[in-house]
Amino acid sequence: MSKGILYDATLCVGCRLCEKACAEQNNLPYDDSIANQELLSEQKLTTIVTRGGKFMRRLCMNCQDPACVSVCPVAALRKMPLGPVTYDESRCMGCRYCMLACPFRATRYEWSKLLPRVRKCNMCADRVAAGRQTACAEACPTGATKFGERDDLIAEAKDRIAKSPDHYLNHIYGLEEVGGTSVFLLSSVPFEPFGFNTPKEPLPMLTYRVLSHLPDIVSLGGVLLGGVWWITSRRAEVAMAEGELGHGKKEDQEEGKSQ
Amino acid sequence: MSWPKVTFWKTIVVLIFISGAYATFLRFTRGLGATTNLSDPFPWGIWIGFDVLCGVMMAAGGFTLTAVVYIFNLERFRPIIRPTVLTAFLGYSLVVVALMYDLGRPYRIWHPLIMWNPHSVMFEVGWCVTLYTTVLAMEFAPIVFERLRLEKALRIQHAIVIPLVIAGVLLSTLHQSSLGSLYLIVPEKLHPLWYTPLLPVFFFLSAICVGLAMTIFESRMTSKAFGKELELPLLVSLGRVLLVGLLVYAVLRFQDLYHRGALVDLRHPGYETDLFYVEVGLGLFLPIILLLNRRIRESADGLYLAAVLVVLGFITNRLNVSITGMEGTARLYYIPKWTEIAVTGSIIAAGFVIFALAAKYLPIFPESKLPKAAIRPGAASAPASAPVELGFLQKV
Repeated sequence: MSKGILYDATLCVGCRLCEKACAEQNNLPYDDSIANQELLSEQKLTTIVTRGGKFMRRLCMNCQDPACVSVCPVAALRKMPLGPVTYDESRCMGCRYCMLACPFRATRYEWSKLLPRVRKCNMCADRVAAGRQTACAEACPTGATKFGERDDLIAEAKDRIAKSPDHYLNHIYGLEEVGGTSVFLLSSVPFEPFGFNTPKEPLPMLTYRVLSHLPDIVSLGGVLLGGVWWITSRRAEVAMAEGELGHGKKEDQEEGKSQ
Repeated sequence: MSWPKVTFWKTIVVLIFISGAYATFLRFTRGLGATTNLSDPFPWGIWIGFDVLCGVMMAAGGFTLTAVVYIFNLERFRPIIRPTVLTAFLGYSLVVVALMYDLGRPYRIWHPLIMWNPHSVMFEVGWCVTLYTTVLAMEFAPIVFERLRLEKALRIQHAIVIPLVIAGVLLSTLHQSSLGSLYLIVPEKLHPLWYTPLLPVFFFLSAICVGLAMTIFESRMTSKAFGKELELPLLVSLGRVLLVGLLVYAVLRFQDLYHRGALVDLRHPGYETDLFYVEVGLGLFLPIILLLNRRIRESADGLYLAAVLVVLGFITNRLNVSITGMEGTARLYYIPKWTEIAVTGSIIAAGFVIFALAAKYLPIFPESKLPKAAIRPGAASAPASAPVELGFLQKV
């Protein structure tokens, strides 16, 4: 069954232990200066953002129908049945289309390296595959980040909102956004100031709608162009046979044949 | 053996190449971070926006004109087909070179050919560009075969030229439009003046317009540089087709803006609005006004001016899609680093120089005879030490 992460901003105290656990899990450095950075980066795959005294966690949302997976020309990015969106660096050629496409701007690049990799949260794919929870959920002391079955988390989020409707914004972020994600966010304040701005529909359909027509264009276009050539060259042959073309024109065509 | 004469343009080209060589050294020893102003919120700069998107657009004359001559059998356009195919082949080759700079791991540029993801527009573009560059090489081949007097190879090429041209037109239709489809995935990031479901249609139409404009542009340049007579009646016909293409594009562009309710965005003055006006002014309004005037349309200078405006206008359009329109939501202004400009400048300069050399040493213009000096054995194989005059660049 598909797993997920539920982050409840109203329970978060901003201790950043999730950031620290994430850095350890991914063998990344972590110190005070990195802790103070609010933006995701090649060194920071999750971050706690503070706006007006309220917290919000940012990380790769591990979408159900991820734009990054659909745009990757070498299939380096994949959606696992268990939920994680993983990255295989041995396939990646570094075109960075995944970064352009990500609606959450969660994919980061190792700009400082000579042979850079894309970096992003992969929902601890190895741990999840081994039946364990993600490092961030394990480290969270308040239960603000919770790991579990995706369906159970959705039910729990709905339950929390229903029990204290005054306490929460009536919005489970990630339930419908871009067709659903594996990470859900609950908050008492609007999400937009934290940098969330995503359409509801799954993005891959936007390009696939066009791409799916290509075989038709090729077959139809091939017949059409071939047909036009057959008609126009036949016309020229007939004209030539009827002697309508002058001597000079014939020479032109002979010369043209050397093309 | 004498030293080539030093001229203004040659000096400029050499300076560009020196800066490009140093930028290349930096790019491949220090990495993308040190040599570009790209960043996580802004991962694609001018190496994609100009070198790839505009490069492929400016090479579009190849498929347009081969279709006109071979498929529609309009024989009178044959004299200008070789320089056009040369421009296209050169354009695509340089696009591949530019990609080697932009890719984080350029030595894996072949990966899409074996590691498939048919849902990816980039995958499709990669395949089409690879195949079409091969097709262009085969369309260009007879020019080299003729020079080397390979009669058998010429006959083989001639036998397959029609399927080759059809494949080229189909591949071009696919990837020219797909360069626009690349941006369909960013509805929330690209400014509404440029994000439209019709992006692939606009990229395809603009490729045809610019392909025609580039053919007019380069015919004029070569006629000046090589002192050969301009094929004016042919170019006037192309100018008429160009006018129709521009009118269709303009009507569709404004219909689309109207139906999407994006025209109201023009009421807010600002950076994006200004660059939108530059784009439609240079690429649509001015050339349409010029070409509607018969006297201008039928004069060499008028056609040349309109063609240059069209090319500049649509370059602005593609930079608007790839850069201007993406800056607002990234909350930054992207200004390319000098290394990015040096590489792009060198690639443009290389295009001019290789075109000039090819025009000098290969039978590009069927009616013109090769100069004696060019046929001297060894001259073609060692162009660097030969007294290359680059007359093309000298006179421009």
